[in-house]
Amino acid sequence: MLIFEKGAEGRRTSLLPSCDVPVYELDDKYTRKMELNLPEVSEVEVSRHYSELAKKCHGVNDGFYPLGSCTMKYNPHINEKVAALPGFTQIHPLQCPKTVQGCLELLCDFEKKLCEITGMDRLTFQPAAGAQGEFTGILLIKKYHESRGDSKRKKIIIPDSAHGTNPATAAMADYEVISIESGPDGCIDLDKLREVCNEETAGLMLTNPNTVGLFDKNILEVTKIVHDCGGLCYYDGANLNAVMGIVRPGDMGFDCIHLNLHKTFSTPHGGGGPGAGPVGCKEFLAKFLPDDMPVQKECGCFGFETAEDTMGRVKAFYGNFLVVVRAYCYVLTLGKEGIPQASTNAVLNANYMMASLKNDYTMAYDEICMHEFVMDIASIKDATGITALDIAKGLLDNGIHPPTMYFPLIVHECLMVEPTETETKETLDGAIAVFKMLKEAAYENAESLHTAPHKAPVCRLDEVGAARNPILRYVKAE
Amino acid sequence: MGSYVPNTEKDIRAMLDVIGVEKLEDLFRNIPDEVKIKGGLNLPEGKSEMEVKAIIEALAEKNKIYKSIFRGAGAYNHFIPATVGTVISKENLLTAYTPYQAEISQGILQSIFEYQTMICEITGMDVSNACVYDGGTAAAEAVKMIIGRKTEKVFVSSALNPQYIEVIKTYCFGNGMDLVFVPEKDGVTDIDFIKENMDATVGGVLVQNPNFYGNIEDCSTIADIVHEAKGKLVMVVNPIASTVIKNAAECGADVAVGEGQPLGLPISFGGPYIGFMACTDAMKRNLPGRIVGQTTDTEGKIGYVLTLQAREQHIRREKASSNICSNEALCALAVGVYCSIMGKKGIVEAATLSMSKAHYMADQLAKAGLTIVNKGEFFNEFVTESKACSCDILKALDEKGILGGYPIGDNQILWCCTECNTKEQIDCAVEIVKEVAAC
Amino acid sequence: MAVLENLKYSQDHEWAKEEDGVVVVGITDYAQSELGDLVFVNLPEEGDEVVAGEAFGDVESVKAVSDVLSPVSGTVVAINEELLDSPQLINEDPYGAWFIKVENAEGLDDLMDAAGYEAFIEA
Repeated sequence: MLIFEKGAEGRRTSLLPSCDVPVYELDDKYTRKMELNLPEVSEVEVSRHYSELAKKCHGVNDGFYPLGSCTMKYNPHINEKVAALPGFTQIHPLQCPKTVQGCLELLCDFEKKLCEITGMDRLTFQPAAGAQGEFTGILLIKKYHESRGDSKRKKIIIPDSAHGTNPATAAMADYEVISIESGPDGCIDLDKLREVCNEETAGLMLTNPNTVGLFDKNILEVTKIVHDCGGLCYYDGANLNAVMGIVRPGDMGFDCIHLNLHKTFSTPHGGGGPGAGPVGCKEFLAKFLPDDMPVQKECGCFGFETAEDTMGRVKAFYGNFLVVVRAYCYVLTLGKEGIPQASTNAVLNANYMMASLKNDYTMAYDEICMHEFVMDIASIKDATGITALDIAKGLLDNGIHPPTMYFPLIVHECLMVEPTETETKETLDGAIAVFKMLKEAAYENAESLHTAPHKAPVCRLDEVGAARNPILRYVKAE
Repeated sequence: MGSYVPNTEKDIRAMLDVIGVEKLEDLFRNIPDEVKIKGGLNLPEGKSEMEVKAIIEALAEKNKIYKSIFRGAGAYNHFIPATVGTVISKENLLTAYTPYQAEISQGILQSIFEYQTMICEITGMDVSNACVYDGGTAAAEAVKMIIGRKTEKVFVSSALNPQYIEVIKTYCFGNGMDLVFVPEKDGVTDIDFIKENMDATVGGVLVQNPNFYGNIEDCSTIADIVHEAKGKLVMVVNPIASTVIKNAAECGADVAVGEGQPLGLPISFGGPYIGFMACTDAMKRNLPGRIVGQTTDTEGKIGYVLTLQAREQHIRREKASSNICSNEALCALAVGVYCSIMGKKGIVEAATLSMSKAHYMADQLAKAGLTIVNKGEFFNEFVTESKACSCDILKALDEKGILGGYPIGDNQILWCCTECNTKEQIDCAVEIVKEVAAC
Repeated sequence: MAVLENLKYSQDHEWAKEEDGVVVVGITDYAQSELGDLVFVNLPEEGDEVVAGEAFGDVESVKAVSDVLSPVSGTVVAINEELLDSPQLINEDPYGAWFIKVENAEGLDDLMDAAGYEAFIEA
């Protein structure tokens, strides 16, 4: 039942005091005449409504969540606690810098730490999420070429295994997307890359490890080929959780990067956001960074500065600050050793699951993986008709959030599994048993899997009907 | 060392044996040695929860919390009912991913469907998306929505929040769209300019209401001119104001966007906030970002799914209407709780209180010798001018723990009141201003 | 898979037929079955020029978007607005659910006949 269908006319809560100044009457010409059909409910109805909704959701704390490329690691409570401090939540973004020294010091210190982790020289926290980070990074590249009067660079190279945001971002910046086919090992095909690199190349967008969970061992050659033709290299940080503290994008030859603080740095996904997508770059691109860069001045106090040839703003103010506070807390907690330890165990957990499952499932790339691996369900589908979607829905009935389905696009019938480092061996063993059981079910009880889930709050939903005749809001019955 | 890794030495050994490698380093054998970090990261040792808490608390204490806040300019200090914080802390909602697996995400999907309905109710529009990052990016995305196939420029009011103008410029530097800034006249958008320059090459006009200076614009007239020339009108609106002043639909807007922060989110040094976007039914396929729709399951039970997804980057890739993926879903949840608990009456009360207090304060400041710059109707923000330097006024207020308005130039200040400002606070601030202005 | 005798076919699975001096264009039964349940179409505007082999619109299923390539070159004189509200017509009756009508069309003769198309989709 929707909140609009609860409550009764005239029911309300007592949250605000009565007016202690004369009530202002607005000129009738500007007054709203339209009715406002918001809920009329008591506080207890609101509380129960949302408790009910919460029960119909599966978060990281409800069970295993091996959603590939999303890094659903545990979200520590201390992060939430410090992000709720009044000294952060009650600070107006347009206060005088001398009254926000704590916020600025945090941003400056975190910038240094993330630069150390990524091998970059400067970093902005303004982008609100990964996709906006990509946009900011691509604008750095665009500003760079423009500043050199190099106007013929109109193309961005993106592997066909890339996340959809990469080509969408390049298009937003008015670039033509050159998609290159991945090699048989899922990595960049160097010859194909050489073929498309020329004086029209603005840059390359890449994740490494890539979207099939493999580290591209030719990475230095890849970035060199792009640099040699005058292009720049952009690192999509979606998969940084595999290599934090082990290898740095800056050392692989990348010129700019974005990070997903809501993946790698443990901040909660919130059902789809808010995230934070800070962007780092090498010194030669720093003069193009977005406006309002926090800096420590010579006197030791903190303030803002505007980069010499700034791209402007990508967002009002300074980014999703409270998300940044959470991630800062995480990095302080892990420190020098905890960071590589997290990545090492993320890789260990992924390889353990892959090794334990490879007798039952075909692995798209059967070699040591990084933090995630891709299972190819095609042979099961051919034999039984059971699809990746069916396996995913079967997992729901077993309290496990399914892996990412049908991504990357280069493996057609796939499940992409990313266990993360915060899961115990017992949890992994439990999940492995469930995956094995579902494979057996595919051969022995396919019909039941086709109609899964059976224990979720709803059965499979009619997505075709939803798209053909969209109902996108509640309308009060007459 | 702090850590959230549960694997013990014994676990690790057992796992490596299953994998068939000797040691942990073997898992990284595909990474060339020459790029690996040598000697570890140059970072401090990890710390215990107790130590980290103390460090961050000390940073928070270095920020100044004001007892009373008269500053808005894009971030508004409205009252937030306790229920909002409790609900958005529920871990099933807080720690979940985007609701791609609809069957186990009905709670989040339904909350977004309810949010979409609330945004439609507030703006009067037909369709809302599931939100974007903030008011500025919502405005920039709206500009992209009205760039027609056969038009080459968009008019943007100069009376728009200057930070939003910067964001729109950045987005348009990206896509090469031509922006024309409509000048302001007496603190409002110059309608004559639009009338004289509107033609078939203009995709539409973007105007903020109330605008950056708090003035209520004559949007109905602008809508008529824009529609006459077959363009579209985008309105950037304040959601609280929209419950008492003529809303976007009543003015005739095609797209309504804005900053949702006033609806239950703390000012938080600028984020996370939430951008809402709503439009007419005819334009719904131009909306960027996620949208939730109602449908039924195989047993006929009502349920909710992400829908119209073919607009989005994960399907349309370089042809998508936007690259947005993660949005601000938890903030949309906060907005939903806020609108529910405040309800039909409460939110109008918050609007009326904010407007009344702003007018009371303006009257008192006028009595104290300041000039009120606004010529027509305003909502909860207004601009004063004085002979005294704005910095002296603001400094005097600061010393008493009051955050004064936002300075515009040397002698003007943009003030803001909400229901949080009591008469006593206002009188106290005015008294201080009066003393400075008299010097 | 239905292939009608009196139509011409492109290798991109569009059909075309001449009718009252204009060429009517749609997608084939084979195409609709490969695409699955369609939920929306994007059509050009009247007066737009279309070029043989280039996209003039697209069709959306729940999880995919596919370009619709024009089998002929010419000027669009009519679009089937009914498809905008009822995209399911394409699945139900692909040869009745026309997309566009093209005037001054060129390239019709370069297309396959029914037998040729049948052989093409079998191959």
